[in-house]
Amino acid sequence: MNLFTAQDPTDVDRINAEPVNARRNRQPLYAARKKVFPKRAEGRFRRFKWIVMLVTLCIYYLSPWIRWDRGPYAPDQAILIDMASRRFFFFFVEIWPQEFYYVAGLLVMAGFGLFLVTSAVGRAWCGYACPQTVWVDLFLVVERFIEGDRNARMKLDAGPWTLDKIRKRLAKHAIWLVIGAATGGAWIFYFADAPTLAVSLFTGQAAAIAYTTVAVLTATTYVFGGLMREQVCTYMCPWPRIQGAMLDENSLVVTYNDWRGEPRARHARKVQAQGQATGDCVDCNACVAVCPMGIDIRDGQQLECITCALCIDACDSVMNKIGKPRGLIAYATLDEYAGNMNLATDNGHGPVQPNRIRTEDGGFVGTVRHFNWRIIFRPRVLFYAVLWISVGIAMLVHLGMRERLELNVVHDRNPQYVLESDGSIRNGYTLRMLNMVPAPRKVVLSLSGLDGATMRIAELGNKDGRSFTLDAAPDAATSLKVFVTLDPKAVKADGFLFVIEADDHSDRATYRAAFNAPGDAL
Amino acid sequence: MSDKHIDELSGVETTGHEWDGIRELNNPMPRWWVWTFYATIVWAIAYAFAYPAIPMISSATKGYLGFSSRAELQQDLDHAKLGQAQLHEMITAKSVEDIDADPTLREFAVSGGASAFKVNCAPCHGSGATGGPGFPNLNDDDWLWGGDLAAIQTTIAHGVRYETDPDTHVSEMPAFGEILDLNQTRQVAAYVWSLTGTPSDPALAVAGKQVFMDNCAACHGDDAKGKVDMGAPNLADAIWLKGRGEDAVARQVMAPKHGVMPAWQGRLGETAVKELTVFVHSLGGGK
Repeated sequence: MNLFTAQDPTDVDRINAEPVNARRNRQPLYAARKKVFPKRAEGRFRRFKWIVMLVTLCIYYLSPWIRWDRGPYAPDQAILIDMASRRFFFFFVEIWPQEFYYVAGLLVMAGFGLFLVTSAVGRAWCGYACPQTVWVDLFLVVERFIEGDRNARMKLDAGPWTLDKIRKRLAKHAIWLVIGAATGGAWIFYFADAPTLAVSLFTGQAAAIAYTTVAVLTATTYVFGGLMREQVCTYMCPWPRIQGAMLDENSLVVTYNDWRGEPRARHARKVQAQGQATGDCVDCNACVAVCPMGIDIRDGQQLECITCALCIDACDSVMNKIGKPRGLIAYATLDEYAGNMNLATDNGHGPVQPNRIRTEDGGFVGTVRHFNWRIIFRPRVLFYAVLWISVGIAMLVHLGMRERLELNVVHDRNPQYVLESDGSIRNGYTLRMLNMVPAPRKVVLSLSGLDGATMRIAELGNKDGRSFTLDAAPDAATSLKVFVTLDPKAVKADGFLFVIEADDHSDRATYRAAFNAPGDAL
Repeated sequence: MSDKHIDELSGVETTGHEWDGIRELNNPMPRWWVWTFYATIVWAIAYAFAYPAIPMISSATKGYLGFSSRAELQQDLDHAKLGQAQLHEMITAKSVEDIDADPTLREFAVSGGASAFKVNCAPCHGSGATGGPGFPNLNDDDWLWGGDLAAIQTTIAHGVRYETDPDTHVSEMPAFGEILDLNQTRQVAAYVWSLTGTPSDPALAVAGKQVFMDNCAACHGDDAKGKVDMGAPNLADAIWLKGRGEDAVARQVMAPKHGVMPAWQGRLGETAVKELTVFVHSLGGGK
């Protein structure tokens, strides 16, 4: 180093970091992946990401263990996808397979939610909440703990296979596999009673499908989080490409502000002493070193950037050190960035000239545009918000109004009708009565219309009547064969209703059925 | 192919294939593609060893795992039979009345009986048990030999006019063509039909009543409602086994036709007969 090193506060050590996935270094697809060794970042975005990671991991691992009392006839797990008995439980909601449209509604909401978040704050999902991001972060914590930070890891990776390297690699991959197994293990608890399954899983008593699922998810977690990492986002995930189409000039993206950074200079004072203008960027490569995607944010907006904002943290700490205002790399809109670039480059007529955006005392001129939070609440975002909330409210209203009693009726196909010895006509129906609450209920079955007709039910002693009280099993479907008999003179072409109603009048269901008779009876 | 040609624009080697000046670039496959391809090869080889795969002259290689879809089906069937064994035992041990009163056994017997019916009974009685001319409809409440569970069981077990079964139901209506003259036949046919519908000539029906009392009431009863123990059909209801109308009645009076039903106990065994009984009884006409 030269004399300036000691005197020049802008002279920070340059990290020898190569953005291996930057466009200028991009290799053909058949070349082997170049490893990325992200350096640990410190700062407000990193702190926020730790919190998001903690919260999302807690939700994922702990949710199946939450208990929710539903009485003796239903499981007490708050979130349970019960494949065997085809029920989905979510706290106070119970969904039967035919109500799967609620899940479709949730997916619609998830879709609109992603649109909403993307138009409001850009690719925040990718950068903070996506499981791929969270688990890669978790895997990196393990990697750093065992092998050290960036430089140590690079050295270890390049070095020969010593006993120490073997030991470290074994430990790292072992812990990754344990995390993978825990991830897969947590997943299956959503599909069965968690405490019971946990015991049977560890005693070797669980179903083969449980072990297979754990094995598959262990493998995918290990491969995606440990080995493939950024390649999953760049090559496998469709979402970056969809979002690429969704970003507009007002979307928030992580931006390197060329207009104040350029021309970048490693020894600013020395360069300034030679009479050349310098920007704020000291070309320390800190932003490249922390990037988990292996790119250089200073190349501008690029598909690979998941907007994790770690380069903002890295740059801000350097700006703090050299006494420059933060935000050389910052969340900015393309509109704001373009405006400032036009200002700095005289509408693109020349290179960036620092004096066009700075006052004598080093501050920014008044015409420099700064980030305004109001840009988030623009019509497009509000539109998505309204759409998202509307679907949510519609679903909640529907959920609140739905009947928990359902009736399906199948008319006998063969025979369509039977002539009885007294000349009356009999039709047979199979009733399927769905009691969708986890409690046994008394249900009154009656006929509406078809005057003069009577019902007969073998299970209730074959007595003739127009109304019967039935026992509906808790949270189950009850099938019942019902015979309806009618004098052929009273047969009418229009149908009639089977009506079931809970004896406390809380729920009611009807089914329109036809009474068939030979043509000459009508 | 001997001299390598590099495409000027992309800098990529070409395969040497050329069509009208268009050359094919020789780009290597992406790495993920190549590895997936290798994985499928490994999978295919392992699969060929593990499962039946290579056709030989009379069969295929058995595979290390010895998998066979036929054996798997047999296993499933054995498993299902094992699960049903207990219910079958209970059905064998209990009377049809007790089976009908037990919801679980009833459901099992009805579905078991339904499948046995499709195989053994449907050729005559029809797949919906609706019968046809000469073959009784089992859905209605008109029973030649009785419609309660025990009576139905007896009929299925021993059949009707089935010579090799000593306990079979026997009844035979004489051919009245030799006893009654044509006019009496028309009179009695008009009377019998008047019990159900409208006779062609009311005077004939009135005259027919005496003929009926003299010749038919002994078996069919004074009220013509039949006698179950004799297998004499009810002539005063809406259901006609051999055909509706005065002419059909006259034909049956002159030269009666008699149906035959086999005895099923020996062929199907008692358990299946009980299941069939509960099924037939459940069709809606059972007493």
